[in-house]
Amino acid sequence: MMKTKIFRPEKRAVLIQGDQAVVEGALAAGVEFFAGYPITPASEIAEGFARELPKIGGKFLQMEDEIAGMAAVVGASLAGKKAITATSGPGFALKQENLGFATMVEAPVVVVNVQRVGPSTGLPTSPSQGDVMQARWGRNGDQEIIALAPASVTESYELTIKAVNLSEKFRQPVVLMLDEVIGHLREKIYLSTSDEIEIIDRKRPAADQDPDQYLPYQLTDDLIPPMADYGSGLKYHTSGLFHDQSGFPDGKNETAKLMQDRLHNKLHNNLDQIILYQKDIRKDDRVAVLSYGSAARTAISAVNTGRKDNLKAGWFKLQTIWPFAEKEVAELAAQVETIIVPELNQGQLIREVKRAAAGQAKVLGINSYAGELIKPEEIRALLEEVL
Amino acid sequence: MDFEKYLRMDKLPHIWCPGCGHGTILNSFIRAFAESDFDQDKTVVISGIGCSGRATGYLNFDTLHTTHGRAIAFATGVKMANPELNVIVMTGDGDGSAIGGNHLIHAARRNIDLTVILFNNQIYGMTGGQFSPMTPTGDLASTAPYGNIDQNFNLAELVAGAGGTFIARGATFDPRQLKKLYLAALKHKGFSFVESLSQCPVSYGRQNKAGDAVEMLKKQEEDTINFKKWQQLSTEEKKLKYPLGILKELDNPESEYTVRYQKIIEQVNNEGAL
Amino acid sequence: MGRYEIRLSGAGGQGMILAGIILAEAGVMVDNLNISQSQSYGPESRGGASRAEVVFDEDQIDFPKVIKPDLLVCLTQESFDQYGADLKSYGVIIADSGIDISEVKPEFKDNIYQLNILDLAAKEIGNEISANMIVLGIIARIIQTRIPVEFIKKAIIEKVPPKTVDLNIEAFELGFDLKLDKRSYIYGRI
Repeated sequence: MMKTKIFRPEKRAVLIQGDQAVVEGALAAGVEFFAGYPITPASEIAEGFARELPKIGGKFLQMEDEIAGMAAVVGASLAGKKAITATSGPGFALKQENLGFATMVEAPVVVVNVQRVGPSTGLPTSPSQGDVMQARWGRNGDQEIIALAPASVTESYELTIKAVNLSEKFRQPVVLMLDEVIGHLREKIYLSTSDEIEIIDRKRPAADQDPDQYLPYQLTDDLIPPMADYGSGLKYHTSGLFHDQSGFPDGKNETAKLMQDRLHNKLHNNLDQIILYQKDIRKDDRVAVLSYGSAARTAISAVNTGRKDNLKAGWFKLQTIWPFAEKEVAELAAQVETIIVPELNQGQLIREVKRAAAGQAKVLGINSYAGELIKPEEIRALLEEVL
Repeated sequence: MDFEKYLRMDKLPHIWCPGCGHGTILNSFIRAFAESDFDQDKTVVISGIGCSGRATGYLNFDTLHTTHGRAIAFATGVKMANPELNVIVMTGDGDGSAIGGNHLIHAARRNIDLTVILFNNQIYGMTGGQFSPMTPTGDLASTAPYGNIDQNFNLAELVAGAGGTFIARGATFDPRQLKKLYLAALKHKGFSFVESLSQCPVSYGRQNKAGDAVEMLKKQEEDTINFKKWQQLSTEEKKLKYPLGILKELDNPESEYTVRYQKIIEQVNNEGAL
Repeated sequence: MGRYEIRLSGAGGQGMILAGIILAEAGVMVDNLNISQSQSYGPESRGGASRAEVVFDEDQIDFPKVIKPDLLVCLTQESFDQYGADLKSYGVIIADSGIDISEVKPEFKDNIYQLNILDLAAKEIGNEISANMIVLGIIARIIQTRIPVEFIKKAIIEKVPPKTVDLNIEAFELGFDLKLDKRSYIYGRI
């Protein structure tokens, strides 16, 4: 396979959109395959991969629909490539079944959702965080998901790399939740050099693995089975039915339970590696503004300007929204009197915040759900009201 | 010849009903594969949901049992990711022409090098006999208790019209022809499609009083005719018979999708990119 | 120094978004200056209202969009009617001469400049589509202590089709030389 491009030999500042930063981040992380379907406001991601992937011998596929795009990236992942797809809310809905399949067969893939206002066709060119619960619960059955939410173009780049790495490390589909503002925003960012980036590749069976002994869904200590590329001679079966360690369905309830538990625990035993956040909470802050994605830009702006007027407020920004940072939010709730949760929806993640806070702090939402960013003055007004 | 190495013997017996034609298709496929010079280790077989979907479990290759209707879309990803792999899709008439119909025509349009074997038993068997796009008009099904008013597809013409470069039709009453068709389809560089007429005495046959497997196979033979003979029939006579054999074959490996994409890669790297 | 917010508004096809991107590209060339650039999209590619925004700051840019502009450009009546009332007290509005500004807020009476941008583009450059380059010239003069004029010219050369560079630079310089009075620099806070 031809690979002529060495990734970013020197560090440089560029002005790019969040959507383009996803492309740059994915390429930096070793992604060689994209399949998807055009949709506003994510089409720039497809266009970027169409342009860049052939340069490194990678593959770009524009599929006949969103479902096929999701299917094709899972196929490419099983064939050994790091693969990614990108969409927006309506397309994300169509991808859900095969996203559940990826979870079941433990295929590392990244699904980017550049959120726009829904339901249905909604407002295609306006920002939203309305797919938070779709990411968590959009599929049939219980299952874990990892979802990251960048709040800037720089974070779109960094968290794409992180998303690819997490997917490879845990054999787990990862959702990257941008929104229209972050996807289309142009910001100055510094692209990393190749030696600055940590790249994680999936664990594969040893080269001398005996095909007769290979268990594609082996119960290992870390709960993450080594994954063979199709064509490597191990001839294994992959199915969306509950399967035992051999990969074959046996229809037994015990097998289903064992697998459900393993899929859950492989993430929950490693939450410290998965849950990413940033915060600036001072000892005497009485209010924390907890946010994610573009709403965090408003939150941090309101807190920083408020502090100039001596408001006792701090901010907490979630970069990982799923699995939810329960422990961290519980600690936060013990520390402050009030948690304000600004969201570009009618109040989705706030349910989790309330659950984790468990009455230790008052939890208040600020919501914008008709296509506009929340303005810093709106959060400022609430800060002044509660302080 | 050692056919057992292509089967996961420990997974047998299969779950298909007595009299089902799907085992005949699997048998013919294995014989065809054994005659081909393809590497078993470099072959991936992909299926969807339904009776046909279970075929992959019995085959000793890298096998992928996907979601309903999406086998061809998964296969497209596998083939593009690694064009050295020989990728085969096993699908059914419901899986491949109803819920997966869009993927079927678009894969044919791209002319990507997949071999699609469509098990056509004219019914949704696994779910208990609902009508599919291939259930003949007027027949009975659990969801057509007063007779099916839907028209059925001519799948071979559909896929040919979409741009598939190898189109064939075989039937389980003639496994030797099926084997020949599969072998030719495997060798073809481009999108190849073999509609494989199969019998379902349980979910289709009982509702339509079609008799047992033997009677259904006899009917299959009556309803079909060799493609060369079919071509000599009058327009009216043609409507009464399904032609069997290779119906379309365009040999142009350069038009295959992964080959064309590879040319893009070479072009970008030789000429410099955008 | 500090946060500076520019809003460019006009009709779709007048190149306001390109002008915003060029300003942002020029800002990238300035060391230690952060840039956020955004735009509102309508579904139509031509016509309709169009708005581009550029925010720059030596510090981290928290809120990425314009909160209240320091500098507002309006090329159409519709854009003036929509955005003309939203400005910092010391901000500047650059409005095309064709716009009726009689309803401007009394407190912005001294902050507004009318220049015959579209007319000049049509008559002097021979193409109304050059209006965005005249606008860039006007802005370049106002913000020159923050973003050097040469950087904006360089960004224009990189962003416009090679065959049109000369014409675009000519329009840019025409805009740069348009006489504003010193109030603009005071009100422009630069």
